[in-house]
Amino acid sequence: MRMARRKPLPAKDGRVLLLVGTAKGAFVFAAGARRTGWRESGPHFRGSAVYAMAYDGRQGRRRIWASSASMHWGALLRHSDDFGRTWTDPESASVKFPPDAGLSLKQIWQIRPGRDDEPDVLYCGVEPAALFESRDAGETWSLVRGLHDHPHRPRWEPGGGGLCLHTILPDPAKRGRLLVAISTGGVYGTDDGGRTWRAMNRGIRAEFLPDKHPEFGQCVHKVVQHPARPERLFLQNHWGLYRSDDAGESWRDVANGVPSDFGFCMALHPRDPDCAYIVPLESDMFRCPPQARLRVYRTRDAGASWRALSQGLPQRGAFETVLRDALAVDALEPAGVYMGTRSGKLYGSNDAGASWTLLRDGLPAVLCVKTAVVAAGPRARGAHPGR
Amino acid sequence: MSVVVHLPGPLRSLAGGRRQVTLDSSARTVAETLETLFALHPALRDRVVDEAGKVRRHVNVFVASESIRHTGGLATPVGEGAEVFIMPAVSGGVALGRALPALRGE
Repeated sequence: MRMARRKPLPAKDGRVLLLVGTAKGAFVFAAGARRTGWRESGPHFRGSAVYAMAYDGRQGRRRIWASSASMHWGALLRHSDDFGRTWTDPESASVKFPPDAGLSLKQIWQIRPGRDDEPDVLYCGVEPAALFESRDAGETWSLVRGLHDHPHRPRWEPGGGGLCLHTILPDPAKRGRLLVAISTGGVYGTDDGGRTWRAMNRGIRAEFLPDKHPEFGQCVHKVVQHPARPERLFLQNHWGLYRSDDAGESWRDVANGVPSDFGFCMALHPRDPDCAYIVPLESDMFRCPPQARLRVYRTRDAGASWRALSQGLPQRGAFETVLRDALAVDALEPAGVYMGTRSGKLYGSNDAGASWTLLRDGLPAVLCVKTAVVAAGPRARGAHPGR
Repeated sequence: MSVVVHLPGPLRSLAGGRRQVTLDSSARTVAETLETLFALHPALRDRVVDEAGKVRRHVNVFVASESIRHTGGLATPVGEGAEVFIMPAVSGGVALGRALPALRGE
């Protein structure tokens, strides 16, 4: 890999996209399947914080979603159908609390396309913690009342970043099943499409509470679910690394051989459900890599052991933080792994994490990194029935 | 009666590029003035107030030179010929509403 050049690359079939949200705007990177020679565009939404981005390639779409939050003018959900050349600038905010909720939207933390067989369903997780759903491909949105009315909600507490719903996992195999994670509230799940919810935190600890294993109140930082094995989940907690093999009913500690089980981000290998990536941080009091060595840790045995990946990453004086959505893995072979730091560095690996390259320096603080491989667009839909 | 509402740079494109909007209305308060403004230029609403109807935290509204935070909030009276200013708070930086001059070599 080489450092990215500031010239946009027209995205087309097979190209890899990197969607990078920062504290001062969004950047879109694109490269060919070898993932060398990245080109970039941005910043889009200059001055606005972009906590969430997503790519929706369902039904032949080529749509990039982004949330832009201006300190002054509020948060908006936008999309682009031309890889960031133009963006929607909606007259009114589509994601907002209904009047009777008595709440006002602070931030959109997560945008998540729904299941492949529900191609017009999208979800947003927001601050203050709530889930919104769209059933018309993002045109209109509604608050998921079942979660909003949950009796636990008044007792959820804000974490360091705010009281946010930051993770949304629509079960790829079971329609109506959805998991979300809230800082701090923990993991909640529904089996009936959002009407009823229950806390699913059995085995996850809350280091900062007198009762270390409460029903809810854990500060879960990220949860990932393997598409080919949806009952397999990994979870990075505010202290604690966990795995579930029963779709979140119970969690077991898998912090075996990591320098710290504190961290924010987590990502899964696209094909191997035993392979996960994390970036451990020293502690909640010092959110930097242990020994100031920036290392990604990977397990290939479902958490029985973890190995450091450091080739190409700074191993001295690296006081970096990788936030909860700033680590991503693409779907190619070998998998590409990407991460952005709060100091504005974007690193990439095109060999599943074995070696790393600094793709871009000097960005604003990176809040999220998402990746997607561009599939055939609308013109090719006829050739791909069922896509 | 008429009230003049001055818009900051970043919001002018949502009001047809206008720097100020003159409202002929019977509005007696800032809340009524803003409602009249939003009826004319709907895209301004979600930028200036949140879904609960409160002026956003980092937006300031002045009647003449007084911030409404100190004069009764949205209930602040607006008289004939009043000038209302919507401004981004200093907390987020200036809003020039025009491109900064290019640096040499850019």
